[in-house]
Amino acid sequence: MSAPAIEASELTAPHEEQKNYLNADHTVASWLLTGDHKRIAIMYLISVSFFFMIGGIFAGLIRLELISPTGVLLESETYNKIFSAHGIVMIFLFLVPSIPAVFGNFLLPIMIGARDLAFPRMNLASLYVYWLGGGLITLGLLTGGVDSGWTFYTPYSSLYSNSQVSLVIIGIFFAGFSSIMTGLNFIVTVHKMRAPGMTWFRLPLFVWSMYATSVVMLLGTPVIAITLLLVFAERTLHLGVFSPELGGDPVLFQHLFWFYSHPAVYIMILPSFGVISELMANFSRKRVFGYHFVAFSSLAIAGLGFLVWGHHMFVSSQSMYQGVVFSLVSFLVAVPSAVKVFNWTATMYKGHIRLQTPMIYAIGFIGLFTVGGLTGLFLACMGTDVHLTNTYFIVAHFHYVMVGGAMMGFLGALHFWWPKMTGHMYNDTWGKFNALLVFIGFNLTFFPQFIVGFLGMPRRYHYYYIAPEFTPYHIMSSAGASALAVGLIVPAFYLVSSLRGKRKASANPWGAHGLEWQTASPPITLNFVETPIVTDEVYDFSHMDEYEQRRGTAEMTHPGEGLQQDKNLDIVGTKEDK
Amino acid sequence: MGNYPMAPPQASNFAFEHDLIFYSLVVLTVIFTVIVGAFVLFFAFRYRQGNQVNRSRPFHEHLPLEITWSVIPLLLGLVMFFLGAKLFVNMRVPPKDAMEIFVIGKQWMWHIQHSNGVRENNTLHVPVGRPVKLTMISQDVIHAFYIPAFRVQYHVVPGRYTMEWFTATKPGEYHLFCGMYCGTQHSEMVGTVVAMEPKEYAKWLANGGNTAVPMSMEQAGAKAFSVRGCNNCHTGSDTERAPSLYGLFGKTRKFTDGSSAIADGAYIRESIFNPYNRVTQGYSYQTMPAYAGQLSEEEVLDMIAYIKTLGSPASAATNAPATGVMGGGVNPPKTPAVGAMGARESAAQPRTNLAVGALSRQNGEGR
Repeated sequence: MSAPAIEASELTAPHEEQKNYLNADHTVASWLLTGDHKRIAIMYLISVSFFFMIGGIFAGLIRLELISPTGVLLESETYNKIFSAHGIVMIFLFLVPSIPAVFGNFLLPIMIGARDLAFPRMNLASLYVYWLGGGLITLGLLTGGVDSGWTFYTPYSSLYSNSQVSLVIIGIFFAGFSSIMTGLNFIVTVHKMRAPGMTWFRLPLFVWSMYATSVVMLLGTPVIAITLLLVFAERTLHLGVFSPELGGDPVLFQHLFWFYSHPAVYIMILPSFGVISELMANFSRKRVFGYHFVAFSSLAIAGLGFLVWGHHMFVSSQSMYQGVVFSLVSFLVAVPSAVKVFNWTATMYKGHIRLQTPMIYAIGFIGLFTVGGLTGLFLACMGTDVHLTNTYFIVAHFHYVMVGGAMMGFLGALHFWWPKMTGHMYNDTWGKFNALLVFIGFNLTFFPQFIVGFLGMPRRYHYYYIAPEFTPYHIMSSAGASALAVGLIVPAFYLVSSLRGKRKASANPWGAHGLEWQTASPPITLNFVETPIVTDEVYDFSHMDEYEQRRGTAEMTHPGEGLQQDKNLDIVGTKEDK
Repeated sequence: MGNYPMAPPQASNFAFEHDLIFYSLVVLTVIFTVIVGAFVLFFAFRYRQGNQVNRSRPFHEHLPLEITWSVIPLLLGLVMFFLGAKLFVNMRVPPKDAMEIFVIGKQWMWHIQHSNGVRENNTLHVPVGRPVKLTMISQDVIHAFYIPAFRVQYHVVPGRYTMEWFTATKPGEYHLFCGMYCGTQHSEMVGTVVAMEPKEYAKWLANGGNTAVPMSMEQAGAKAFSVRGCNNCHTGSDTERAPSLYGLFGKTRKFTDGSSAIADGAYIRESIFNPYNRVTQGYSYQTMPAYAGQLSEEEVLDMIAYIKTLGSPASAATNAPATGVMGGGVNPPKTPAVGAMGARESAAQPRTNLAVGALSRQNGEGR
């Protein structure tokens, strides 16, 4: 354990307001012109939460509309614009930036013992570029919307759609550059700015997964940027690239699009893998089982992820032989994902498991991701993909991965690092109850979609009066969506209200391991008083007990050993403050 | 299950095999989810903080365990890959005696044409027990012809013929969906597939389906051929202005750039739309207008049907019974180009070189 940071925070009297990155300066300019990765992360958190809310409202409208086979409120054109907007906002403005830009930004430098990212100004620029992209997309949605789906398949998007495709495409182009900047920054930071003693295999798995994600961002995003520019050129200049009427090839677009958009799935899920590894280790109080396998499986997924894009195109008139190869590689990529799940499970074996809010999310993640990953095999398998592609089965599958995986990871991360980021503790009972609600609501929403998809309900259908037998499943799904919506709104209240609450978080309210827990909550602007020197192995909890004794947190770590008067695990700081 | 159907009807030759693979995957999913779930919950309970249990000698790395849980999923995955690929290959290679039916997708309807000229919209009548091959093209954006009860689906792409085939096994009415999002009324681009006993189908076809038969595809093609004035230049023998089209179909054409190709439906379509992509050897004047945007896909299909008859014994043309000429099962066509319309389909044509650079080869059509 490197001690200086802890000592520093302990020396300060608890009643005086410590200077930290939040209260170091109060002007608006100090936020908008900051180079501090933590402030940028907070601004990202607010931004992605805003867009998550917008995307969620669209999702609610979709579910409302599908209660009846003949629709409820909307015209078909409006419905198409709403599901397109849902996909675009959720993917490009929420899922892709969510964990990397918020938690990666906040934590990556602290976890490796650095004072900031390698390029703080580029980090700030990435936020502005993200805002620009988000602004353009919002403008596009407000001035008419897009009806091409988030996939922008040509020639529909390039020649046939009479909506704001051009504007939105440019918005996505900018949002993409924001992730390129973030990825580049992370890679350089991990290579060059690790603290003394922080070897590659002492890196927390969250850092490994951020590294793998960054590689994918850097290599994949330029392709989507170019592809969308070509669509833009075809729309505006009638440059024939993708439309057969102009001499182009519509299937070429699909190749280019999925060359990015399949790896983009890993941009969305790999960061969650990192989060879950952290949660599993810290709430089992045990080193992640098979650390090396988990770390390298991230890289394997990132690498193989670039070779499977054709499994989106088995029935797109791609050559059958290509399809066979893509199918094979898709089955291979399932293996490192399975390895991760098994290793997380094994991590719990003989651990000291604390079922606090973040751990509930982590366990929920494992359940949902297992289902999401395994149902992916139905779609990697060519014979069944023919029937299931373009149906609700695929919708259910990728929501299990993206919402059940990426979003659960995001919520788990938010609940785990909230005290670190804000210095305040939320109500753990509310959190646990809510995590359960999210899990149940999610399954109720998306499980019926597997069945209705197997029955043949195509995705992106506004009406299904031709097949009224689908109705009960849609009603179930919409009912589940209401529960899920409640589960996503409630945290906004208990988290925000915690900011005004008295429950201050200590430096290490979870008794967790890692450099971020050795600095104050919230951290000071430069993260550490002195650059920490890392001497212990990653997730080494053997010294932790001693550490917690010293911090007066023994009652929280060992409730079974006599000090049982207070099992409320998160109020360590408050007790001390009294 | 009454109002809660759990599976679509099985009504084609592929349905059973598909469902076998599907349910195998369901079993795998359930087994793995239950195993993982059970372990997670058991560990969470047994090793909860404060529970006094034996925690001695926990281990953090275990190579044999890692290998076991890598190799078992890998092997199971490979088995499923093989089964799925086998079914898929089967789906992509139609039997030679398959009956050909033509599908044109346009926003937002399905236009279907039987080889004797019977047309129908948003309904497809097929006989039970006989392989049916659909040759499909889109007039605007990408659609997908999806029949859940048959477990078949394939994209219907502009500028390119695609194929899907099946043998209906159970008479009845089934859903037909457009699977690929195609614009405002995508969800209304739906219809019904009617699988009929062969006798009833024959009767239905002979009676002209639901509507009066205007004329067979060859007849319609012959008419278009003369209305557009094609016959002014493309006569019974090669002229200075244009090569003859008699006996063209299925033959090898040599081009000015030295390449050659078999004159199949896709080639003829290309030559009508963009005559100068590939110019037949011996011709250099650009005398023929490009018909891209001038002719509907339907007219092109008719013309191809007509050009097929030119120079063949059945070319007493206009009244020829359609089935034989269009590759139907009654009189198999003489040319080896079975399913010529679908020849672009790599699967339909055993051209080995398609595996390499298949993408660019397939693109040829759109240019």
